[in-house]
Amino acid sequence: MGEKTIVLGVIGSDVHAVGLRVLDYALRSAGFDVVNIGVLSSQEDFIKAALETGARAILVSSLYGHAELDCQGFKEKLIEAGLGDILLYIGGNLGVGKKSWEEVEKRFKELGFHRVYPPKTMPDEVIKDLKEDLNIG
Amino acid sequence: MLGIFIDFGSTFTKAVAFDLDKEEIIGKAKTPSTVEIDVTLGLKSVLEEIHRQTGKRLESFKLKRACSSAKGGLKIIAIGLVPDLTAEAAKRAALGAGGKVIKVYSFELTNEDLKEIENLKPDLIILAGGTDGGNKYYPLINAFKISEISLDAPIIYAGNRTIAKEIEEILKRSGKEVWITENVMPEFGRLNISPVQEYIREIFISKLIYAKGLEKAQSFINSIVMPTPLAVLRACEGFSKIFGETILVDIGGATTDVCSISYGKPTQSGVIWKGLPEPYVKRTVEGDLGVRVSVLSLWEAVGEEKWKEFLGELNSYKNKVKLLSEKTDFLPIDESDFYLDYILSYHAIKLAVERHCGYLETLYTPMGITYLQYGKDLTEVKNLIGTGGPLVYNPYNISALKSALYDEKTPFILKPKNPKIFLDKEYIFFAIGLLSEIFPEKAVNILKKYVVEISY
Repeated sequence: MGEKTIVLGVIGSDVHAVGLRVLDYALRSAGFDVVNIGVLSSQEDFIKAALETGARAILVSSLYGHAELDCQGFKEKLIEAGLGDILLYIGGNLGVGKKSWEEVEKRFKELGFHRVYPPKTMPDEVIKDLKEDLNIG
Repeated sequence: MLGIFIDFGSTFTKAVAFDLDKEEIIGKAKTPSTVEIDVTLGLKSVLEEIHRQTGKRLESFKLKRACSSAKGGLKIIAIGLVPDLTAEAAKRAALGAGGKVIKVYSFELTNEDLKEIENLKPDLIILAGGTDGGNKYYPLINAFKISEISLDAPIIYAGNRTIAKEIEEILKRSGKEVWITENVMPEFGRLNISPVQEYIREIFISKLIYAKGLEKAQSFINSIVMPTPLAVLRACEGFSKIFGETILVDIGGATTDVCSISYGKPTQSGVIWKGLPEPYVKRTVEGDLGVRVSVLSLWEAVGEEKWKEFLGELNSYKNKVKLLSEKTDFLPIDESDFYLDYILSYHAIKLAVERHCGYLETLYTPMGITYLQYGKDLTEVKNLIGTGGPLVYNPYNISALKSALYDEKTPFILKPKNPKIFLDKEYIFFAIGLLSEIFPEKAVNILKKYVVEISY
């Protein structure tokens, strides 16, 4: 663990585990040290895991459509915990209803996420971005 | 072969003598502890009593071993990073090694914390924090801060291994005694507490015996080999090897200990297990629940409403409880004393087991109701054992012990539902634990003989 440590989990009351497994596998294969905190994880669970493991990024997954609610105040809590600089990604089924993707992305960026991914994003894209953002080859 | 086992407790010094060939108890003795003056006084007195009962002098006993919880037990301070992660892991390591955790600190130690640590005078400090390769800042800063205070307790470092060398240097430079071992949480969510526990025991044997003034007893007894709670835990482990998953309640004047030898996995479907993984052998200690030294905090923890339900008018009891808290070696004399001790034990056990067991939390998700389990599910544990003076010597012990059972009024607290109940009626658990390291089979046979199942 160390420079390539990232925390991965499904936020809120969401129990969808399949995508998480896929991401876990892909990220590990790409050389990352994955701290997978599993489904039904609260904001606090993410923060605690990142603190202990010295992670450089948090990847939030959400499928059930309540991500926006679940992520309210997350960035503020990270700042509070001294993790204001940590890289924050989110992906999945983030908006319910007829909102355009641009609108959804904008909302989550306002919540403090550095990158926001729509459904059907391939793990390779996330891995490429992570490497770039973390300056690792 | 004959064997004698001594427990240097904080209130009483106890001895049990066995004929190990016949696997029988041949003598038992108990006297108020004299550790504060001279540990050998109490020891000589119990040996005298054993001689009176068996006609055997100490020389006749081939196996002589002792455990101790004298002078406040093995006082440990646990320091970690996140309260429910590495700090909790360090705490569990200490408890499972038979220690008495006097304080747990998380994040960065403040000046007030440091002053408090100096005043608390621990026997041992466990410093943890960060997974391997994880956080370095907190363990380092805490090591720096500890290096600056006046403290001669040994420090076990069991945090992020990347910085172990640096931590060792920081602490050694200021003349502290440092023991470096594996991380209590090498990766996120994985508990690794046995390496720390081995060191705790080693430090106990090599140093703390002297710090507690027990070394004079060493010339009588070959060795004081472990803290008393660890001996009880070992006996419980031996018991569970024959009888299956077990929960043990050990009630005393100052604390109520609960040990579970169980995986504690969810027993119902659709339950998701959250939180830190549970150690198979788990011990918790409730420092506020006891029937003498801690009786006032027990009184408070339960609340007067509850006491009224059981005792009726409280005025006379209040005085009596206060008396018990002052006269800590008081032994019940008449019926009313026994009854009060029973009611006190009942509630101490009830609360201690509730705190030890896991619980379920209901979660309403868009996919329906889900249950989260925190801690161990002990509903299907096969055996419940009761030990400790207030229980063993009380005629109402079975009723008191039943408070450890599952209660339909609080269905989310995962207490044992239908266990067999056993009572350590000869009060020999510590001796069994001490014996089990040398002759595990004999220990088991004696256990079977003297720890009896009770029908209820």
